[in-house]
Amino acid sequence: MDPDFVAQFVLNALSLGSLYALMALGMAIVFGVLRLVNLAYGELIMVAGYTLFVLNDSPLPWLVLAVAAVLAAALASVLTERIAFRPVRVNSLNAMLVTSFAVSTLLQNAALLLVSPRTRAVSVPGLLTQSLEIAGLRVSVANLMTVGVSLGLLFGLNLLLRRTTLGIALRAAADDFPMARMLGVRADRVIAAAFAISGVLAGVVGLFWVARVGSVIPTIGAGPLLIALIATVIGGMGGLAGAIAGGYVLGALTVGMQLLLPSGLIDYRDAFTFGIVILVLLVRPQGLIPGRQSARVG
Amino acid sequence: MLSVTNVEARYGAILALRDISLTVEEGELVALVGSNGAGKTTTLAVIAGLHRASRGAVVFEGKSLAGRAPEDVARLGISMVPENRGVFPTLTVAENLRLGSYLRRDGEVARDLERLQERFPVLGERASQAAGTLSGGEQQQLAIARALISRPRLLMLDEPSLGLAPTLVDRVFELVAELHREGVTILLVEQNVRRTLEVADRAYLLRTGRVEASGRPAELRALVDIESVYLGGARRPGEQAGGRAGGSP
Repeated sequence: MDPDFVAQFVLNALSLGSLYALMALGMAIVFGVLRLVNLAYGELIMVAGYTLFVLNDSPLPWLVLAVAAVLAAALASVLTERIAFRPVRVNSLNAMLVTSFAVSTLLQNAALLLVSPRTRAVSVPGLLTQSLEIAGLRVSVANLMTVGVSLGLLFGLNLLLRRTTLGIALRAAADDFPMARMLGVRADRVIAAAFAISGVLAGVVGLFWVARVGSVIPTIGAGPLLIALIATVIGGMGGLAGAIAGGYVLGALTVGMQLLLPSGLIDYRDAFTFGIVILVLLVRPQGLIPGRQSARVG
Repeated sequence: MLSVTNVEARYGAILALRDISLTVEEGELVALVGSNGAGKTTTLAVIAGLHRASRGAVVFEGKSLAGRAPEDVARLGISMVPENRGVFPTLTVAENLRLGSYLRRDGEVARDLERLQERFPVLGERASQAAGTLSGGEQQQLAIARALISRPRLLMLDEPSLGLAPTLVDRVFELVAELHREGVTILLVEQNVRRTLEVADRAYLLRTGRVEASGRPAELRALVDIESVYLGGARRPGEQAGGRAGGSP
Protein backbone atom coordinates (compact mmCIF):
# COMPACT_ATOMS: atom_id res chain seq x y z
CA MET A 1 0.00 0.00 0.00
CA ASP A 2 1.10 3.54 -0.63
CA PRO A 3 2.97 4.74 2.51
CA ASP A 4 1.56 8.22 2.06
CA PHE A 5 -1.94 6.78 2.12
CA VAL A 6 -1.19 4.77 5.24
CA ALA A 7 0.33 7.75 7.07
CA GLN A 8 -2.69 9.87 6.12
CA PHE A 9 -5.04 7.18 7.43
CA VAL A 10 -3.14 6.86 10.71
CA LEU A 11 -3.16 10.59 11.37
CA ASN A 12 -6.83 11.02 10.47
CA ALA A 13 -7.79 8.01 12.54
CA LEU A 14 -5.76 9.27 15.51
CA SER A 15 -7.30 12.70 15.21
CA LEU A 16 -10.91 11.59 14.94
CA GLY A 17 -10.27 8.81 17.47
CA SER A 18 -8.89 11.32 20.00
CA LEU A 19 -11.98 13.45 19.63
CA TYR A 20 -14.27 10.42 20.02
CA ALA A 21 -12.22 9.23 23.00
CA LEU A 22 -12.69 12.57 24.78
CA MET A 23 -16.43 12.48 24.03
CA ALA A 24 -16.73 8.96 25.43
CA LEU A 25 -14.58 9.75 28.44
CA GLY A 26 -16.75 12.72 29.41
CA MET A 27 -19.78 10.44 29.31
CA ALA A 28 -18.05 7.56 31.10
CA ILE A 29 -16.79 9.58 34.05
CA VAL A 30 -20.33 10.56 35.04
CA PHE A 31 -21.62 7.07 34.31
CA GLY A 32 -18.86 5.69 36.53
CA VAL A 33 -19.99 7.42 39.70
CA LEU A 34 -23.74 7.79 39.07
CA ARG A 35 -24.57 4.95 36.64
CA LEU A 36 -26.34 7.71 34.70
CA VAL A 37 -26.29 7.94 30.92
CA ASN A 38 -26.37 11.71 30.69
CA LEU A 39 -28.46 12.44 27.60
CA ALA A 40 -27.79 16.17 28.07
CA TYR A 41 -24.10 15.59 27.40
CA GLY A 42 -24.35 16.71 23.76
CA GLU A 43 -25.79 20.06 24.85
CA LEU A 44 -22.58 20.82 26.74
CA ILE A 45 -20.86 20.71 23.37
CA MET A 46 -23.58 23.01 22.08
CA VAL A 47 -22.94 25.44 24.96
CA ALA A 48 -19.25 25.58 24.01
CA GLY A 49 -20.22 26.18 20.37
CA TYR A 50 -22.61 29.04 21.15
CA THR A 51 -20.09 30.62 23.50
CA LEU A 52 -17.71 30.77 20.56
CA PHE A 53 -20.47 32.18 18.36
CA VAL A 54 -21.45 34.89 20.86
CA LEU A 55 -17.83 35.94 21.34
CA ASN A 56 -17.12 35.64 17.62
CA ASP A 57 -16.77 39.37 16.99
CA SER A 58 -14.90 40.21 20.16
CA PRO A 59 -11.34 41.43 19.80
CA LEU A 60 -10.05 38.87 22.29
CA PRO A 61 -7.43 36.40 21.10
CA TRP A 62 -8.78 33.02 20.05
CA LEU A 63 -7.12 31.20 22.93
CA VAL A 64 -9.12 33.31 25.41
CA LEU A 65 -12.33 32.48 23.54
CA ALA A 66 -11.44 28.83 23.60
CA VAL A 67 -10.88 28.87 27.35
CA ALA A 68 -14.15 30.77 27.83
CA ALA A 69 -16.02 28.17 25.77
CA VAL A 70 -14.56 25.28 27.77
CA LEU A 71 -15.38 27.02 31.07
CA ALA A 72 -18.94 27.70 29.87
CA ALA A 73 -19.43 24.00 29.12
CA ALA A 74 -17.98 23.01 32.52
CA LEU A 75 -20.21 25.53 34.28
CA ALA A 76 -23.27 24.28 32.39
CA SER A 77 -22.39 20.73 33.39
CA VAL A 78 -22.00 21.55 37.08
CA LEU A 79 -25.17 23.68 37.08
CA THR A 80 -27.30 20.97 35.47
CA GLU A 81 -26.08 18.55 38.14
CA ARG A 82 -26.85 20.97 40.94
CA ILE A 83 -30.23 22.14 39.66
CA ALA A 84 -31.63 19.14 37.81
CA PHE A 85 -29.93 15.88 38.81
CA ARG A 86 -29.20 16.30 42.51
CA PRO A 87 -32.85 16.77 43.57
CA VAL A 88 -33.95 13.55 41.81
CA ARG A 89 -30.84 11.52 42.62
CA VAL A 90 -32.34 9.75 45.62
CA ASN A 91 -35.49 8.78 43.74
CA SER A 92 -34.33 6.44 41.02
CA LEU A 93 -31.98 6.00 38.13
CA ASN A 94 -34.92 6.24 35.74
CA ALA A 95 -35.88 9.62 37.17
CA MET A 96 -32.37 10.90 36.47
CA LEU A 97 -32.40 9.46 32.95
CA VAL A 98 -35.67 11.18 32.13
CA THR A 99 -34.35 14.36 33.75
CA SER A 100 -31.28 14.28 31.54
CA PHE A 101 -33.54 14.03 28.48
CA ALA A 102 -35.54 17.00 29.75
CA VAL A 103 -32.38 19.04 30.36
CA SER A 104 -31.21 18.22 26.84
CA THR A 105 -34.47 19.45 25.29
CA LEU A 106 -34.56 22.50 27.53
CA LEU A 107 -31.06 23.61 26.59
CA GLN A 108 -31.72 23.05 22.89
CA ASN A 109 -34.90 25.11 23.07
CA ALA A 110 -33.06 27.83 24.93
CA ALA A 111 -30.55 28.05 22.08
CA LEU A 112 -33.43 28.07 19.58
CA LEU A 113 -35.13 30.96 21.34
CA LEU A 114 -32.13 33.00 22.33
CA VAL A 115 -30.09 32.64 19.16
CA SER A 116 -31.77 31.06 16.18
CA PRO A 117 -32.96 27.70 14.92
CA ARG A 118 -30.72 28.16 11.90
CA THR A 119 -27.09 27.35 11.39
CA ARG A 120 -24.77 30.09 12.61
CA ALA A 121 -21.28 30.41 11.23
CA VAL A 122 -18.41 30.43 13.69
CA SER A 123 -15.11 31.65 12.37
CA VAL A 124 -12.11 29.64 13.44
CA PRO A 125 -8.53 30.89 13.44
CA GLY A 126 -6.87 30.60 10.07
CA LEU A 127 -4.19 28.40 11.52
CA LEU A 128 -6.69 25.58 12.01
CA THR A 129 -7.56 25.49 8.29
CA GLN A 130 -3.95 25.30 7.15
CA SER A 131 -1.79 22.30 6.62
CA LEU A 132 1.87 21.65 7.12
CA GLU A 133 4.31 19.65 5.10
CA ILE A 134 6.19 17.18 7.29
CA ALA A 135 8.60 14.71 5.66
CA GLY A 136 6.77 15.05 2.37
CA LEU A 137 3.37 14.47 3.95
CA ARG A 138 0.62 17.05 3.97
CA VAL A 139 -0.71 17.25 7.51
CA SER A 140 -3.63 19.40 8.66
CA VAL A 141 -2.89 21.63 11.63
CA ALA A 142 -6.36 20.99 13.04
CA ASN A 143 -5.68 17.24 13.11
CA LEU A 144 -2.30 17.68 14.76
CA MET A 145 -3.76 19.99 17.38
CA THR A 146 -6.65 17.63 18.09
CA VAL A 147 -4.24 14.78 18.73
CA GLY A 148 -1.88 16.93 20.80
CA VAL A 149 -4.52 18.55 22.98
CA SER A 150 -6.34 15.24 23.49
CA LEU A 151 -3.21 13.40 24.55
CA GLY A 152 -2.36 16.27 26.88
CA LEU A 153 -5.83 16.11 28.44
CA LEU A 154 -5.72 12.34 28.81
CA PHE A 155 -2.32 12.62 30.47
CA GLY A 156 -3.51 15.36 32.83
CA LEU A 157 -6.68 13.50 33.71
CA ASN A 158 -4.67 10.37 34.42
CA LEU A 159 -2.48 12.34 36.83
CA LEU A 160 -5.54 13.84 38.51
CA LEU A 161 -7.18 10.43 38.97
CA ARG A 162 -4.06 8.71 40.29
CA ARG A 163 -2.17 11.31 42.27
CA THR A 164 -4.77 13.50 43.95
CA THR A 165 -7.02 12.51 46.82
CA LEU A 166 -10.03 13.82 44.88
CA GLY A 167 -9.08 11.64 41.90
CA ILE A 168 -8.64 8.54 44.04
CA ALA A 169 -11.96 9.27 45.74
CA LEU A 170 -13.60 9.52 42.28
CA ARG A 171 -12.26 6.13 41.27
CA ALA A 172 -13.27 4.65 44.60
CA ALA A 173 -16.79 6.03 44.18
CA ALA A 174 -17.00 4.35 40.77
CA ASP A 175 -15.97 1.05 42.38
CA ASP A 176 -18.25 1.16 45.42
CA PHE A 177 -20.00 4.44 46.20
CA PRO A 178 -21.55 3.54 49.58
CA MET A 179 -18.17 2.35 50.85
CA ALA A 180 -16.44 5.55 49.72
CA ARG A 181 -19.05 7.54 51.63
CA MET A 182 -18.50 5.46 54.75
CA LEU A 183 -14.85 6.51 54.61
CA GLY A 184 -15.98 10.13 54.65
CA VAL A 185 -16.02 10.97 50.93
CA ARG A 186 -18.82 13.46 50.34
CA ALA A 187 -21.19 12.18 47.65
CA ASP A 188 -22.16 15.67 46.47
CA ARG A 189 -18.56 16.76 46.05
CA VAL A 190 -17.45 13.69 44.10
CA ILE A 191 -20.46 13.89 41.80
CA ALA A 192 -19.93 17.61 41.20
CA ALA A 193 -16.27 16.91 40.37
CA ALA A 194 -17.28 14.21 37.89
CA PHE A 195 -19.68 16.63 36.18
CA ALA A 196 -17.03 19.36 36.09
CA ILE A 197 -14.51 17.04 34.42
CA SER A 198 -17.21 15.84 32.04
CA GLY A 199 -17.99 19.47 31.16
CA VAL A 200 -14.33 20.35 30.50
CA LEU A 201 -14.01 17.35 28.18
CA ALA A 202 -17.24 18.29 26.39
CA GLY A 203 -16.01 21.87 26.06
CA VAL A 204 -12.74 20.83 24.43
CA VAL A 205 -14.61 18.46 22.13
CA GLY A 206 -16.94 21.35 21.31
CA LEU A 207 -14.02 23.52 20.20
CA PHE A 208 -12.67 20.98 17.75
CA TRP A 209 -16.12 19.86 16.63
CA VAL A 210 -17.20 23.40 15.81
CA ALA A 211 -13.84 24.02 14.11
CA ARG A 212 -14.48 20.98 11.91
CA VAL A 213 -18.04 21.95 11.02
CA GLY A 214 -17.42 25.72 10.94
CA SER A 215 -20.84 26.49 12.41
CA VAL A 216 -23.21 25.81 15.28
CA ILE A 217 -26.91 24.83 15.45
CA PRO A 218 -29.08 23.88 18.44
CA THR A 219 -28.89 20.19 17.52
CA ILE A 220 -25.12 20.11 17.16
CA GLY A 221 -24.83 17.86 20.23
CA ALA A 222 -26.86 14.98 18.82
CA GLY A 223 -24.02 13.52 16.76
CA PRO A 224 -21.40 13.67 19.52
CA LEU A 225 -23.87 12.22 22.05
CA LEU A 226 -24.51 9.23 19.81
CA ILE A 227 -20.80 8.75 19.21
CA ALA A 228 -20.00 8.98 22.91
CA LEU A 229 -22.72 6.43 23.70
CA ILE A 230 -21.57 3.97 21.06
CA ALA A 231 -17.90 4.37 21.95
CA THR A 232 -18.57 3.72 25.65
CA VAL A 233 -20.63 0.65 24.78
CA ILE A 234 -17.92 -0.73 22.47
CA GLY A 235 -15.40 0.03 25.19
CA GLY A 236 -17.34 -1.85 27.82
CA MET A 237 -19.54 0.66 29.69
CA GLY A 238 -18.11 1.67 33.01
CA GLY A 239 -14.37 1.73 32.72
CA LEU A 240 -12.56 4.87 31.62
CA ALA A 241 -9.90 2.90 29.77
CA GLY A 242 -12.69 1.17 27.85
CA ALA A 243 -14.23 4.48 26.84
CA ILE A 244 -10.90 5.71 25.47
CA ALA A 245 -10.31 2.44 23.59
CA GLY A 246 -13.87 2.55 22.25
CA GLY A 247 -13.37 6.11 21.03
CA TYR A 248 -10.20 5.29 19.12
CA VAL A 249 -11.70 2.12 17.62
CA LEU A 250 -14.79 3.98 16.46
CA GLY A 251 -12.66 6.81 15.06
CA ALA A 252 -10.41 4.42 13.13
CA LEU A 253 -13.43 2.54 11.84
CA THR A 254 -15.10 5.73 10.61
CA VAL A 255 -11.95 6.97 8.85
CA GLY A 256 -11.34 3.50 7.42
CA MET A 257 -14.82 3.39 5.92
CA GLN A 258 -14.36 6.87 4.50
CA LEU A 259 -11.19 5.75 2.71
CA LEU A 260 -12.13 2.23 1.68
CA LEU A 261 -15.75 2.49 0.59
CA PRO A 262 -16.32 3.04 -3.14
CA SER A 263 -17.51 6.56 -3.87
CA GLY A 264 -21.08 5.42 -4.57
CA LEU A 265 -21.38 4.09 -1.02
CA ILE A 266 -19.61 6.90 0.87
CA ASP A 267 -22.94 8.44 1.79
CA TYR A 268 -23.78 5.27 3.69
CA ARG A 269 -20.52 5.35 5.65
CA ASP A 270 -22.19 5.53 9.06
CA ALA A 271 -24.46 2.60 8.23
CA PHE A 272 -21.38 0.50 7.48
CA THR A 273 -19.53 1.75 10.55
CA PHE A 274 -22.39 1.00 12.91
CA GLY A 275 -23.01 -2.32 11.15
CA ILE A 276 -19.49 -3.32 12.13
CA VAL A 277 -20.14 -2.06 15.65
CA ILE A 278 -23.14 -4.42 15.87
CA LEU A 279 -20.97 -7.30 14.63
CA VAL A 280 -18.31 -6.49 17.25
CA LEU A 281 -20.92 -6.45 20.00
CA LEU A 282 -22.39 -9.75 18.78
CA VAL A 283 -18.98 -11.36 19.19
CA ARG A 284 -18.04 -9.46 22.34
CA PRO A 285 -21.19 -8.18 24.06
CA GLN A 286 -19.28 -7.15 27.19
CA GLY A 287 -17.23 -4.65 25.16
CA LEU A 288 -13.49 -4.40 24.67
CA ILE A 289 -12.58 -3.71 28.31
CA PRO A 290 -15.56 -4.71 30.44
CA GLY A 291 -16.39 -2.38 33.32
CA ARG A 292 -17.56 -3.49 36.72
CA GLN A 293 -21.17 -3.32 37.81
CA SER A 294 -21.62 -1.90 41.27
CA ALA A 295 -24.16 -0.24 43.46
CA ARG A 296 -25.13 3.31 42.71
CA VAL A 297 -25.48 6.10 45.17
CA GLY A 298 -28.82 6.85 46.77
CA MET B 1 -21.31 5.57 73.80
CA LEU B 2 -23.75 4.15 71.26
CA SER B 3 -27.38 3.55 71.98
CA VAL B 4 -29.95 2.17 69.60
CA THR B 5 -33.49 2.45 70.93
CA ASN B 6 -36.59 0.74 69.56
CA VAL B 7 -35.43 0.97 65.97
CA GLU B 8 -37.67 -0.20 63.17
CA ALA B 9 -36.51 -0.34 59.55
CA ARG B 10 -38.13 -1.46 56.32
CA TYR B 11 -37.18 -2.34 52.80
CA GLY B 12 -40.33 -1.36 50.99
CA ALA B 13 -43.08 -3.50 52.48
CA ILE B 14 -40.65 -5.83 54.23
CA LEU B 15 -40.06 -5.11 57.90
CA ALA B 16 -36.36 -5.88 58.40
CA LEU B 17 -36.06 -4.52 61.93
CA ARG B 18 -39.13 -4.68 64.17
CA ASP B 19 -37.77 -3.43 67.46
CA ILE B 20 -34.03 -3.29 68.07
CA SER B 21 -32.47 -1.77 71.18
CA LEU B 22 -28.84 -2.10 72.12
CA THR B 23 -25.98 -0.20 73.69
CA VAL B 24 -22.22 -0.23 73.30
CA GLU B 25 -19.96 1.29 75.97
CA GLU B 26 -16.51 2.68 75.30
CA GLY B 27 -13.89 -0.06 75.06
CA GLU B 28 -16.47 -2.84 74.83
CA LEU B 29 -16.63 -5.66 72.32
CA VAL B 30 -20.31 -6.17 71.68
CA ALA B 31 -21.57 -8.85 69.31
CA LEU B 32 -24.78 -9.22 67.33
CA VAL B 33 -25.51 -12.84 66.62
CA GLY B 34 -28.39 -14.67 65.03
CA SER B 35 -29.27 -16.55 61.89
CA ASN B 36 -29.57 -14.97 58.51
CA GLY B 37 -32.42 -12.54 58.05
CA ALA B 38 -32.41 -11.69 61.75
CA GLY B 39 -31.50 -8.08 60.97
CA LYS B 40 -27.84 -7.90 61.99
CA THR B 41 -26.54 -6.32 58.80
CA THR B 42 -29.51 -3.96 58.60
CA THR B 43 -28.81 -2.78 62.15
CA LEU B 44 -25.27 -1.85 61.13
CA ALA B 45 -26.58 -0.18 57.95
CA VAL B 46 -28.92 2.00 60.04
CA ILE B 47 -26.07 3.05 62.36
CA ALA B 48 -23.76 3.77 59.40
CA GLY B 49 -26.34 6.00 57.74
CA LEU B 50 -26.81 3.70 54.76
CA HIS B 51 -30.39 2.91 55.67
CA ARG B 52 -33.01 5.05 57.40
CA ALA B 53 -34.82 3.82 60.46
CA SER B 54 -38.58 4.26 60.11
CA ARG B 55 -38.91 4.55 63.90
CA GLY B 56 -36.66 4.75 66.93
CA ALA B 57 -33.46 6.57 67.83
CA VAL B 58 -29.75 6.05 67.28
CA VAL B 59 -27.48 8.19 69.45
CA PHE B 60 -23.68 8.20 69.37
CA GLU B 61 -21.78 10.16 72.03
CA GLY B 62 -24.79 12.34 72.65
CA LYS B 63 -25.46 13.08 68.98
CA SER B 64 -28.43 11.72 67.10
CA LEU B 65 -27.51 9.83 63.94
CA ALA B 66 -31.00 10.11 62.46
CA GLY B 67 -30.93 11.57 58.96
CA ARG B 68 -27.13 11.75 58.83
CA ALA B 69 -25.49 10.72 55.56
CA PRO B 70 -22.83 7.98 55.71
CA GLU B 71 -20.06 10.56 55.17
CA ASP B 72 -21.28 12.50 58.21
CA VAL B 73 -21.52 9.39 60.38
CA ALA B 74 -17.91 8.66 59.38
CA ARG B 75 -16.95 12.13 60.59
CA LEU B 76 -18.20 11.25 64.07
CA GLY B 77 -15.65 8.43 64.19
CA ILE B 78 -17.72 5.41 63.22
CA SER B 79 -15.94 3.07 60.84
CA MET B 80 -17.45 0.09 59.07
CA VAL B 81 -16.04 -3.02 57.47
CA PRO B 82 -19.00 -4.35 55.45
CA GLU B 83 -19.79 -7.96 54.81
CA ASN B 84 -18.41 -7.91 51.27
CA ARG B 85 -15.33 -6.17 52.72
CA GLY B 86 -15.86 -3.06 50.60
CA VAL B 87 -12.37 -3.12 49.19
CA PHE B 88 -12.06 -0.96 46.05
CA PRO B 89 -10.89 -3.59 43.55
CA THR B 90 -9.52 -1.28 40.86
CA LEU B 91 -7.56 0.84 43.35
CA THR B 92 -4.17 -0.27 44.61
CA VAL B 93 -3.71 -1.46 48.17
CA ALA B 94 -1.92 1.80 48.98
CA GLU B 95 -4.78 3.87 47.49
CA ASN B 96 -7.32 1.90 49.52
CA LEU B 97 -5.36 2.69 52.69
CA ARG B 98 -5.00 6.32 51.68
CA LEU B 99 -8.77 6.66 51.52
CA GLY B 100 -8.94 5.12 55.00
CA SER B 101 -7.16 8.22 56.28
CA TYR B 102 -9.36 10.51 54.15
CA LEU B 103 -10.73 12.35 57.18
CA ARG B 104 -7.51 12.61 59.14
CA ARG B 105 -5.76 15.95 59.27
CA ASP B 106 -3.02 15.19 61.80
CA GLY B 107 0.57 14.45 60.91
CA GLU B 108 0.74 10.93 62.28
CA VAL B 109 -0.87 9.12 59.36
CA ALA B 110 2.47 7.94 57.97
CA ARG B 111 3.48 6.48 61.32
CA ASP B 112 0.15 4.68 61.75
CA LEU B 113 0.48 3.31 58.25
CA GLU B 114 3.90 1.92 59.05
CA ARG B 115 2.56 0.19 62.15
CA LEU B 116 -0.35 -1.29 60.24
CA GLN B 117 2.03 -2.63 57.62
CA GLU B 118 4.03 -4.29 60.40
CA ARG B 119 0.85 -5.85 61.66
CA PHE B 120 -0.28 -6.87 58.16
CA PRO B 121 2.98 -7.38 56.24
CA VAL B 122 1.16 -8.46 53.09
CA LEU B 123 -0.26 -4.94 52.70
CA GLY B 124 3.24 -3.49 52.55
CA GLU B 125 4.41 -6.12 50.11
CA ARG B 126 1.45 -5.60 47.78
CA ALA B 127 1.09 -1.84 48.20
CA SER B 128 1.08 -1.09 44.48
CA GLN B 129 -1.04 -4.07 43.47
CA ALA B 130 -4.74 -3.71 42.59
CA ALA B 131 -6.79 -4.68 45.64
CA GLY B 132 -9.03 -6.86 43.47
CA THR B 133 -6.13 -9.25 42.88
CA LEU B 134 -5.73 -10.03 46.61
CA SER B 135 -7.06 -13.27 48.09
CA GLY B 136 -10.14 -13.19 50.31
CA GLY B 137 -8.09 -13.25 53.50
CA GLU B 138 -5.79 -10.50 52.26
CA GLN B 139 -8.78 -8.36 51.29
CA GLN B 140 -10.19 -8.81 54.78
CA GLN B 141 -6.90 -7.62 56.27
CA LEU B 142 -6.92 -4.63 53.93
CA ALA B 143 -10.51 -3.76 54.85
CA ILE B 144 -9.75 -3.91 58.57
CA ALA B 145 -6.49 -1.99 58.20
CA ARG B 146 -8.29 0.67 56.15
CA ALA B 147 -10.89 1.02 58.90
CA LEU B 148 -8.22 1.19 61.63
CA ILE B 149 -6.18 3.90 59.95
CA SER B 150 -9.12 6.26 60.39
CA ARG B 151 -8.57 5.79 64.17
CA PRO B 152 -12.24 4.97 64.70
CA ARG B 153 -14.05 5.69 67.96
CA LEU B 154 -16.31 2.75 67.07
CA LEU B 155 -15.36 -0.06 64.70
CA MET B 156 -18.20 -2.06 63.15
CA LEU B 157 -17.28 -5.42 61.62
CA ASP B 158 -19.88 -7.28 59.56
CA GLU B 159 -19.14 -11.00 59.36
CA PRO B 160 -15.36 -10.66 59.11
CA SER B 161 -14.88 -14.45 59.09
CA LEU B 162 -17.32 -15.08 56.24
CA GLY B 163 -15.93 -17.06 53.33
CA LEU B 164 -12.50 -17.52 54.84
CA ALA B 165 -10.57 -20.78 55.24
CA PRO B 166 -10.63 -22.20 58.80
CA THR B 167 -7.08 -21.10 59.64
CA LEU B 168 -7.90 -17.58 58.49
CA VAL B 169 -11.09 -17.61 60.56
CA ASP B 170 -8.89 -18.28 63.60
CA ARG B 171 -6.66 -15.40 62.60
CA VAL B 172 -9.62 -13.02 62.27
CA PHE B 173 -10.97 -13.89 65.73
CA GLU B 174 -7.48 -13.48 67.20
CA LEU B 175 -7.23 -10.09 65.53
CA VAL B 176 -10.62 -8.97 66.86
CA ALA B 177 -9.63 -10.05 70.38
CA GLU B 178 -6.30 -8.25 69.98
CA LEU B 179 -7.95 -5.00 68.89
CA HIS B 180 -10.33 -5.29 71.82
CA ARG B 181 -7.40 -5.65 74.24
CA GLU B 182 -5.85 -2.54 72.71
CA GLY B 183 -8.98 -0.62 73.67
CA VAL B 184 -10.80 -0.33 70.32
CA THR B 185 -14.58 -0.22 70.79
CA ILE B 186 -16.06 -2.88 68.52
CA LEU B 187 -19.54 -3.83 67.35
CA LEU B 188 -19.19 -7.26 65.78
CA VAL B 189 -21.77 -9.03 63.63
CA GLU B 190 -21.17 -12.75 63.25
CA GLN B 191 -22.89 -15.98 62.35
CA ASN B 192 -20.21 -18.02 64.03
CA VAL B 193 -21.93 -17.81 67.41
CA ARG B 194 -19.64 -20.15 69.33
CA ARG B 195 -16.43 -18.34 68.37
CA THR B 196 -18.01 -14.94 68.84
CA LEU B 197 -19.15 -15.66 72.40
CA GLU B 198 -15.56 -16.61 73.24
CA VAL B 199 -14.31 -13.09 72.51
CA ALA B 200 -17.27 -10.77 73.20
CA ASP B 201 -17.97 -8.86 76.44
CA ARG B 202 -21.68 -8.87 75.73
CA ALA B 203 -23.89 -10.13 72.94
CA TYR B 204 -27.35 -9.60 71.53
CA LEU B 205 -29.19 -12.49 69.96
CA LEU B 206 -31.38 -11.23 67.12
CA ARG B 207 -34.28 -13.11 65.60
CA THR B 208 -36.60 -11.78 62.88
CA GLY B 209 -35.80 -8.16 63.59
CA ARG B 210 -36.04 -8.29 67.38
CA VAL B 211 -33.61 -8.72 70.25
CA GLU B 212 -34.49 -12.15 71.57
CA ALA B 213 -31.90 -12.28 74.33
CA SER B 214 -28.90 -10.33 75.50
CA GLY B 215 -26.23 -10.36 78.14
CA ARG B 216 -22.76 -11.68 78.91
CA PRO B 217 -21.77 -14.79 76.97
CA ALA B 218 -22.35 -17.06 79.99
CA GLU B 219 -25.81 -15.59 80.60
CA LEU B 220 -26.70 -15.96 76.96
CA ARG B 221 -25.57 -19.57 76.88
CA ALA B 222 -27.76 -20.26 79.90
CA LEU B 223 -30.76 -18.49 78.40
CA VAL B 224 -30.89 -20.05 74.97
CA ASP B 225 -29.72 -23.12 73.17
CA ILE B 226 -26.84 -21.50 71.30
CA GLU B 227 -26.21 -24.59 69.20
CA SER B 228 -29.68 -24.31 67.68
CA VAL B 229 -28.97 -20.74 66.60
CA TYR B 230 -25.67 -21.86 65.26
CA LEU B 231 -27.14 -24.74 63.30
CA GLY B 232 -30.04 -22.64 62.17
CA GLY B 233 -27.56 -20.33 60.54
CA ALA B 234 -27.69 -21.98 57.14
CA ARG B 235 -27.13 -19.12 54.69
CA ARG B 236 -30.07 -17.85 52.77
CA PRO B 237 -29.73 -15.11 50.21
CA GLY B 238 -32.42 -13.01 51.88
CA GLU B 239 -30.50 -10.84 54.28
CA GLN B 240 -27.81 -9.47 52.01
CA ALA B 241 -30.26 -8.37 49.32
CA GLY B 242 -31.22 -5.22 51.15
CA GLY B 243 -28.92 -4.98 54.08
CA ARG B 244 -25.51 -5.09 52.55
CA ALA B 245 -23.48 -1.97 52.38
CA GLY B 246 -21.51 -2.26 49.20
CA GLY B 247 -22.04 -3.27 45.59
CA SER B 248 -22.27 -6.73 44.16
CA PRO B 249 -19.00 -8.64 44.17
